Amino acid sequence: MKGLKIKNLYIHLILITVSLLSIFPFIWLISTSLKGNSENIFAYPPQIIPSDFTWANYSGVWQRVNFIGYFLNSMIVAGGTVVLNLMLSAMAGYPLARMEFKGKKFTFFAILATIMIPFQAIMLPVYLITLKLHLVDSVNNFAGFIGLIMPFAVSAFGIFLMRQAFLGIPKEMEEAAIVDGCNVWQVFWKVLIPMVKPSLAVLAIFTFIGSWGEFLWPSIVLTKESMYTLPVGVNNLQGMFSSNWRFIAAGSILSTIPILIFFLFMQRYFISGGNEGAVKG
Amino acid sequence: MFKYYAKYSPYLFLLPAAIVLLIFFFIPFFQTVGLSFFDYSENIYRPQFIGIENYITLLHNPIFYKVLWNTFIYLFVAVPVLALFPLCIAILINQKIRGVTLYKILIYLPVIVSIVVAAIAFKWLYADQGILNYLMTKIGLEPAGWLTDPDFALYSVIIVTIWKGIGYYMIIYLAALMSVPKELYEACDIDGADFLTKHLTVTVPHIMPTIALVTTISAISAMKVFAEIYVMTKGGPLNSSKTIVYYIYERAFENLDLGFASAAAVVLLIIVMIFSLINILCFEKNKYQI
Repeated sequence: MKGLKIKNLYIHLILITVSLLSIFPFIWLISTSLKGNSENIFAYPPQIIPSDFTWANYSGVWQRVNFIGYFLNSMIVAGGTVVLNLMLSAMAGYPLARMEFKGKKFTFFAILATIMIPFQAIMLPVYLITLKLHLVDSVNNFAGFIGLIMPFAVSAFGIFLMRQAFLGIPKEMEEAAIVDGCNVWQVFWKVLIPMVKPSLAVLAIFTFIGSWGEFLWPSIVLTKESMYTLPVGVNNLQGMFSSNWRFIAAGSILSTIPILIFFLFMQRYFISGGNEGAVKG
Repeated sequence: MFKYYAKYSPYLFLLPAAIVLLIFFFIPFFQTVGLSFFDYSENIYRPQFIGIENYITLLHNPIFYKVLWNTFIYLFVAVPVLALFPLCIAILINQKIRGVTLYKILIYLPVIVSIVVAAIAFKWLYADQGILNYLMTKIGLEPAGWLTDPDFALYSVIIVTIWKGIGYYMIIYLAALMSVPKELYEACDIDGADFLTKHLTVTVPHIMPTIALVTTISAISAMKVFAEIYVMTKGGPLNSSKTIVYYIYERAFENLDLGFASAAAVVLLIIVMIFSLINILCFEKNKYQI
């Protein structure tokens, strides 16, 4: 028994070290963001606990940067992306799971092929097409949002996830509904969709996280500061405050609060396992 | 089961997704290949068809070789670490100990946080008079130019990618560890095998498919890194931290050399497609069975 306890002690020591390494960059950022002007942030040895404690960097960066605007833009883009992904994936997954039709095999492999096409390799034509469709913020804000959302409105991952979910429903459910006089849309909407809610929830959460953190695409298409999403806005802090690390740190931490709250509420979806492969790497 | 739907209904259900995939995946895919045969550098409004000349220029471009080499260093360093280190953590977390959920949350936290914030946090750690250089002097080493020294910059960026990926792959491994039969561990205990032998002889062989899966998906995502580089180094100094996606971005959106950028994008496409094919054919076959 004693050997077991010592072994566990080592395990705890290692895990505590790894946990600390995981969060230390944030702790150091928080520490910097709370240091006042009279404290040297480059002091050796570095001080984790601020000696000149202040919230001034937070209020300062809050006044100069439109965080509410960035937050709302991110919400609109992530929200729109989630809604479209749920609708399009469920609709496409249903016939792939439950219907026989000509070209099913072809459709299946075409969708599978999109998994192999990285967005980064085709982003240039995607941008040219988005321009051609006038889905950019220089036309108007609404078009700008549509342009941010559409390239990620559906994914092969979502379609296959929903197809798998529909495959797991007993066929008797549909048969009973049809005997009761439902048409195909009613079978889909009233019978099947309520039964795949857990999969829809998984898809919604992971699509939301992916869209919330997306940086490459918005930094390509956005031209107006008022349209910035949080990642683009946070990156812009570096240019705005050049070497004022107190403000950059405070702004970065502020921008992280919403997703942190989201994570803590939804943590069981992320760390319980079984949803592996869901976040894009 | 009887056919309760009209002949056209499957197509109607598929239509919205098909339109999006067509416009934002398939057309751009073929257009990438198409653009790579044109020259935009003379006049962006009057591209000239030049056949495979962009590819020839690419093959004679020392920066492209530098970029490819950097990308492969990224793979060689990040992939083995991301395939093995999270496995070790997962095995430790899988022991019957207290506080497992807290450990999981803390180690997963970097996955959730925006890559831009993560890159800024590390930029601050890497600052010339930053905390990392303090530790260097403390242990008697010279302070390093983590992001300003061409010998270090690429590795400093790789560390961020690794740090942000550990939690993600740890969760994948934890799910896989659940499938290892407990009797095998009990048998090991009876034989008096120590901790290391037990996991090398039971755990590792059992979850080999997952290790292979993590290897390919971390390789694919290492091929696609962009934000870390954009936020921290912009590919510098002297192209030392430039990888292929950043190079494509730079040539396409900063130099407006659309044809050349597309040729480089085709190279990226081919590499990622090979990795993805391995992945789908070997490890995720049952997920995609008709």
